[in-house]
Amino acid sequence: MSATIQTLEPAAEQPTRLPPQMTSRLDGELLEVSMGPQHPSTHGVFRMNVALEGEIVRKLKPVFGYLHRNHEKIGENTSYLGSMPYTDRLDYFCSMTNNWAYALSVEKLAGIEVPERAEYLRVILAELTRLQNHASLLGFLLSDMGAWGTPLMYAFREREKILDLFESLSGSRMMCDYMRFGGCRVDAGVDWMKLAKKIVDFFPRFLDEFENLIVENEILIARTQEVGKLSAELAINAGITGPMLRACGVNYDIRKVDGYGFYPRFKFRVPLGEHGDTYDRLMMRVLEMRESIGILKQAFEQIPAGPVMNPKVKIRAFRPPVGEAYGRIEGPKGELGFYLISDGGTNPYRYRVRPPSFINLTVLEDLCLGHTVADVMVILGSVDIVMGEVDR
Amino acid sequence: MSEIDEGLRSELQRQGIWVTSMQELYNWGRKNSIWPLQFGLACCAIEMIATAASRYDIARFGGEVFRPSPRQADLMIVAGTVTKKMAPQVVRLYNQMPDPKYVISMGACAISGGPFKTGYNVLKGIDRYIPVDVYIPGCPPRPEALLHAFMELQRKIDSQKLTGSEKATHLDSTQPSEFPVPSFGAHDLEPPANPDVFQPPKIERT
Repeated sequence: MSATIQTLEPAAEQPTRLPPQMTSRLDGELLEVSMGPQHPSTHGVFRMNVALEGEIVRKLKPVFGYLHRNHEKIGENTSYLGSMPYTDRLDYFCSMTNNWAYALSVEKLAGIEVPERAEYLRVILAELTRLQNHASLLGFLLSDMGAWGTPLMYAFREREKILDLFESLSGSRMMCDYMRFGGCRVDAGVDWMKLAKKIVDFFPRFLDEFENLIVENEILIARTQEVGKLSAELAINAGITGPMLRACGVNYDIRKVDGYGFYPRFKFRVPLGEHGDTYDRLMMRVLEMRESIGILKQAFEQIPAGPVMNPKVKIRAFRPPVGEAYGRIEGPKGELGFYLISDGGTNPYRYRVRPPSFINLTVLEDLCLGHTVADVMVILGSVDIVMGEVDR
Repeated sequence: MSEIDEGLRSELQRQGIWVTSMQELYNWGRKNSIWPLQFGLACCAIEMIATAASRYDIARFGGEVFRPSPRQADLMIVAGTVTKKMAPQVVRLYNQMPDPKYVISMGACAISGGPFKTGYNVLKGIDRYIPVDVYIPGCPPRPEALLHAFMELQRKIDSQKLTGSEKATHLDSTQPSEFPVPSFGAHDLEPPANPDVFQPPKIERT
């Protein structure tokens, strides 16, 4: 195209402006706001570019990558065992369940049996993880809503007790690195079991107290009911899993569907929501905690004595046969899966994480449209994301 | 840190007269009301929250007022992995804080990149761009470690001089209080480190 010289027309005379009218002044104008990456309630370094009309969200574009730490590439360059501590740092609230998902997929890949006691220990630790994750999620969500302090303090009081259990078992509060392919690293002693039972027995009292504070709270109901509704159809199409899916009324819990570990041996119900709004998502966590306590109590009764590690497994210089495997568990946030391809070497050929919080976040725009900007934080909180897992 | 004779001071105290110096009073006030920036990057941020929460309770040291705005904060706790995408924002937040300001580099990642150092996207330590006062090793450091770092910072504030040739940097008009924000270059952040703050260690070959 050849360049042409355009002569600018003299500007047409502006029509005399009417005094701005209060009602129509902002018509058609969207205000773009960048929320994050430094924001008190984005749960880490998450950014949303929001287009607002007044206070109503008209467009929302999530911006990821502020915590991208090359998790998958590091996994392909280290040995199978070497990836285990990195999985702790994926979803840093639930290191035990991350360990389990990774160990499960490696066990599938290499066909490793796990001793009975180790399976029970895994169930116990996973359910304890679920308790502390859901408790702290509720605390964060309520503090995003403006209940600054109290709920978070209550939740962290309980979380510290569970972290004490993790610490006395694995040596670390948050980054436990406890499970191995073919079992668990160390056995839990009698004292540990006693302490764990005591803490689990106390937990319903905390739940009662917490429910008393929130379930019929008028402000909470006004802020959450009918806010951020997710239809069951959209949830299934978008691949949503975990409490967020069950809040829409879809009965899908991998503990029941896959029956991994020893979950078929336990009696528990899967709580389901009806409306798929933020209130249902919140209550789903409370109800799941009640079910987790039931599972824990059964596990404490049933746990047999025995070894916690399969003695045939050679953990160092571990070489699984050529093949591929996908192991998944019901993490506190949803389906957490690891997909591994082995070429027979010491490192995986391909290492892929299916992060629940990242996939649950894909519907954020659908949830937020038409709500006020203050609701965005509440909806984001109820999705339950951890940036370590979203960006990996 | 007092320049008043201890004997004289206790003698006066017995008479009901409390003597102090301007510097001591000023530092005493500053060190007991450090307002941190409410700003978390990764795993360490959860331990930072645990430090502020019920069991560890940073309020005992006067640091419970976490401010979401850098304009109201005295202390930046860099808690977690700083990626190259996030580094310009961290430096900008530091620049927006008013003087006097302090930085705690919490955890292995903020010190050096930690376990993720091999990654192309991870900054090898926030001290490449901004001056750091206290480093806490650990992955993640325990809340007690953060409290210890907090106490070390209080000790540092207490020893800062208001006048003389050794006065604190925030009172010295020749010292910069803002540092250049790195930009995204073709392959890496430009510049890869601020030479005023960070010199790579020299390896002597024999």
